[in-house]
Amino acid sequence: MDLRIQDQTATAVEREAVDAVLGPPESGWVGAARTTTDGHFAVGGHAARSERHLLLPVLHAVQARAGWISPGALGYVCRRLTIPPAEAYGVASFYALFAMEPRPPVVAHVCTDIGCMCRGSDELVAELQRTVGPAGEHPGNGHAIWLESPCLGLCERAPAVLVTEAGEDPSERSIAPASADDVAAALAGRVPERMTPEPVAQQGSPDVRLMRRFGVVDPESLDSYRSHGGYEALRRAFALGPAGVIREVSDSRLLGRGGAAFPTGRKWEAVARQPVRPHYLICNADESEPGTFKDRIVFEQDPFSVIEAMTVAALATGCEHGYVYLRGEYPLAWERLVNAVTLARRHGFLGENIMGQGMRFDIELRKGAGAYICGEETALFNSIEGLRGEPRNKPPFPVDSGLFGKPTVINNVETLVNVLDIVLEGGRAFAQRGTEGSTGTRLFCLSGSVERPGLYEVPFGTTLRALLDMAGGVRAGRELRSILLGGAAGAFVGPDMLDLELSFEATREAGVTLGSGVVMVFDETVPLAPVLLRIAAFFRDESCGQCVPCRVGTVRQQEALLRLVSDRPRGSVEDELALLDEIARGMRDASICGLGQTAANAIESALRGLRPFRTEAVS
Amino acid sequence: MSAVPVTLRRTVELEIDGEAVRAREGETILGACRRSGLDIPTLCFGETLTPVNACRVCMVEVEGSRVLVPSCARKVEDGMKVKTASERVRHARKMVLEFLGSSVDLSTTPRADEWMAEYDARPERYGPPAPPAAEGERDRAQAGHHHAGDGQTAATVAQPVKVDNELYVRDYAKCILCYKCVEGCGTDWQNTFAIAVAGRGFETRIATEYAVPLPGSACVYCGNCIAVCPTGALMFKSEHDRRAEGTWDESQQTQTDTICPYCGVGCNLTLHVQDNTIVKVTSPLDHDVTSGNLCVKGRFGFQHVQSRAPKGV
Ligand SMILES: Cc1cc2nc3c(=O)[nH]c(=O)nc-3n(C[C@H](O)[C@H](O)[C@H](O)COP(=O)(O)O)c2cc1C
Ligand code: SF4
Ligand code: SF4
Ligand code: SF4
Ligand code: FES
Ligand code: FES
Repeated sequence: MDLRIQDQTATAVEREAVDAVLGPPESGWVGAARTTTDGHFAVGGHAARSERHLLLPVLHAVQARAGWISPGALGYVCRRLTIPPAEAYGVASFYALFAMEPRPPVVAHVCTDIGCMCRGSDELVAELQRTVGPAGEHPGNGHAIWLESPCLGLCERAPAVLVTEAGEDPSERSIAPASADDVAAALAGRVPERMTPEPVAQQGSPDVRLMRRFGVVDPESLDSYRSHGGYEALRRAFALGPAGVIREVSDSRLLGRGGAAFPTGRKWEAVARQPVRPHYLICNADESEPGTFKDRIVFEQDPFSVIEAMTVAALATGCEHGYVYLRGEYPLAWERLVNAVTLARRHGFLGENIMGQGMRFDIELRKGAGAYICGEETALFNSIEGLRGEPRNKPPFPVDSGLFGKPTVINNVETLVNVLDIVLEGGRAFAQRGTEGSTGTRLFCLSGSVERPGLYEVPFGTTLRALLDMAGGVRAGRELRSILLGGAAGAFVGPDMLDLELSFEATREAGVTLGSGVVMVFDETVPLAPVLLRIAAFFRDESCGQCVPCRVGTVRQQEALLRLVSDRPRGSVEDELALLDEIARGMRDASICGLGQTAANAIESALRGLRPFRTEAVS
Repeated sequence: MSAVPVTLRRTVELEIDGEAVRAREGETILGACRRSGLDIPTLCFGETLTPVNACRVCMVEVEGSRVLVPSCARKVEDGMKVKTASERVRHARKMVLEFLGSSVDLSTTPRADEWMAEYDARPERYGPPAPPAAEGERDRAQAGHHHAGDGQTAATVAQPVKVDNELYVRDYAKCILCYKCVEGCGTDWQNTFAIAVAGRGFETRIATEYAVPLPGSACVYCGNCIAVCPTGALMFKSEHDRRAEGTWDESQQTQTDTICPYCGVGCNLTLHVQDNTIVKVTSPLDHDVTSGNLCVKGRFGFQHVQSRAPKGV
């Protein structure tokens, strides 16, 4: 492949940032200074092109150092990795956190998503507009801007802001809850304090399983993890052997927590059986569904548990290579994850001979860059491979052909963490908890107009009412209007549904979904029309753009909603509702992936159940 | 004994619209349908390209599948029951056509009008089109951010045509993002990778790096992207200019097959001639040397044929 690189050259700091990830260039062919021997050999072929999976980490490095990805920097990246510049540009421009035009070093990403809307983001934004100026515009010194952001996964501490600062010593800090003063201070150049996690409400409760070490264990210490039962499950897994582990997981009837509720045992068995090697294991921690923050808290509070669970999964399915794909907006979770992997490697819990059992397994870390769609499993594979995060057509399924075209196990963080208990107490014992069709416990993310937002763990089968009560009910004694179950891809339910049993089977029967465990509460003071508009805007922004029904359908859905909300329908309100229904059916039936297929769900459920446009003054 | 490996293709039996159909293993549903004489609309499908199944106009219903499936990509299976004209199928096609018709200029997409009528697609339902984007505006769109407007006009991809070289133009107001040009320029044929898909969502576009003009890009002007573009978004400048002047007239054109004179490969050329002037060059898609692809010489190097002595000499 001949590369034609643009004439602009990378600056010294841009090259440094790239070299810090890739090591120094070896010859003039890949961007080093030319020497007289360069003409005597050529580089290229498969070896040179096999580095493409490093594209995303390198782009992160450039963005963090320079604040944007300049043509010169991209050209240097392309030379180093043997990637055609047009393709690298196509990848970089896919991600919201990468800027393809010059941008000030400090950026405050201010969440304007629905969870924060319930808790003051509107006021925060209005204040910023007044004191700093409109989103995207440089205040005074040209050193900083603020931008609107989709859900930052900090909904229990809303309103949330992520401040990134590019430069020699780049930083990423969450501020939550954030005030306009906090944001103004950050924009003025003061790096925010590192966020301190808040204890979960059930800390120390004997009822919790997945959260039992939260607040008890030191999340930065492997010794602390081990003294709280850490690595006992892996020891037990070695005794059971791969087939034994899979048998226990199958017996547990564990269903995936990432949204699709697929039986984990079946997935693992399918990969374990594959003669093709290598097998890959991926922990899906992209967690970008609005209202979801459970995986973040797991990494903040008990990161080693994920690494141990992945090691058990790798043992069972014959993987030597694993990835954690964490969303890019989680600085504290990222730090703790990096620390945990480093310590585990140093102490023989990852690497060549794990726990002296001759097992080989290691984990690479990947950070997302602002793309909800990369949580879709096949889009995630493409993202790791250095391609655009576009979902692939299925079949083939990941267990046959996943990452790099090899058999791949991909599981959500919460799914994996369940495996520790399954191995320790046995699958049948695990299945005692919960309901017949939904075994075990579930992490629920409570946010919005609730008294004590946060993460709650309850056995499946608990009612929505009981869960809400645990969180102190609707805030300030207000009246419950509706609850968004399962996230933006889920559905609104009304107060009449409080006795709904939270299990896969009961929600399916009721025509709703548990999705990623989102329970977002709206009281009567929160106007619903802006919430629905925000959801429509979210799907428009996050569509990968690959297929027509979703790429255009999400826009047409947003436009129809805008007309309804502004009380300027084309034809009658009924006409618009019928049009929305047609758009929804088209997206659901003809989109490639779950994003387009579910992009109308929440809006449709609200229009069906609540009729916000007919029963209330909208503005 | 023959040393030539023989691949035995099994026959697959399936049902299409209630009729028993035999198909070859590995064939697509679309292939089986077309052999049965069914006319299924396609846009992103290309005989010579890897299916990307992005346009979703060819969707069919397969019994047991929760969602519709793209017939251009899904392989036939034994016992499959396919419906190609159910209400769900017709609705999906209608929506895809409306979505495209309301956001993209389909005036040079063959059969678009016919399909619109067939599926009762009414793109005007979404309101009058929003004003076109300024030059370069869509090229700079930042992923994850957009201007929503008030819903009274329908967002489109309208923008000025890119005329940055003498050979062909890129009118992305006509682009349906079928990925064909990218495939043709990339691993499917040309391996030049001058253009790629960039951006995200409705702001997705086909672009060179940083949208640099073609002469500054890796493009080698093979025109293989033009050959596969189903909408006329990529067009010979000779065709574009005649269309602008109102002198493009396919009914006045002849097509003459010949062999490219430049090198020993011997690519087949089809010369499209109007008013005794070559206005465009293609190569047959089913030609076993070219599969429709050419290089810059065969595609664009025809001016010498028609160089005429200046008047009065
Ligand atoms: C648009 C979209 C976004 C998704 N995002 C996530 C995510 O952030 N985390 C996750 O675990 N699964 C996500 N999924 C589901 C994954 O595709 C996949 O089903 C899951 O990771 C499988 O793990 P599980 O079996 O443990 O649930 C998403 C799916 C879609 C369609
Ligand atoms: S449904 Fe949406 S997100 Fe999924 S592939 Fe299609 S355009 Fe991309
Ligand atoms: S003319 Fe050839 S090289 Fe240029 S963009 Fe088209 S396919 Fe690629
Ligand atoms: S320019 Fe043509 S071939 Fe390329 S994506 Fe657009 S419509 Fe398809
Ligand atoms: S952090 Fe703002 S909605 Fe989730
Ligand atoms: S022709 Fe099948 S999806 Fe486009």
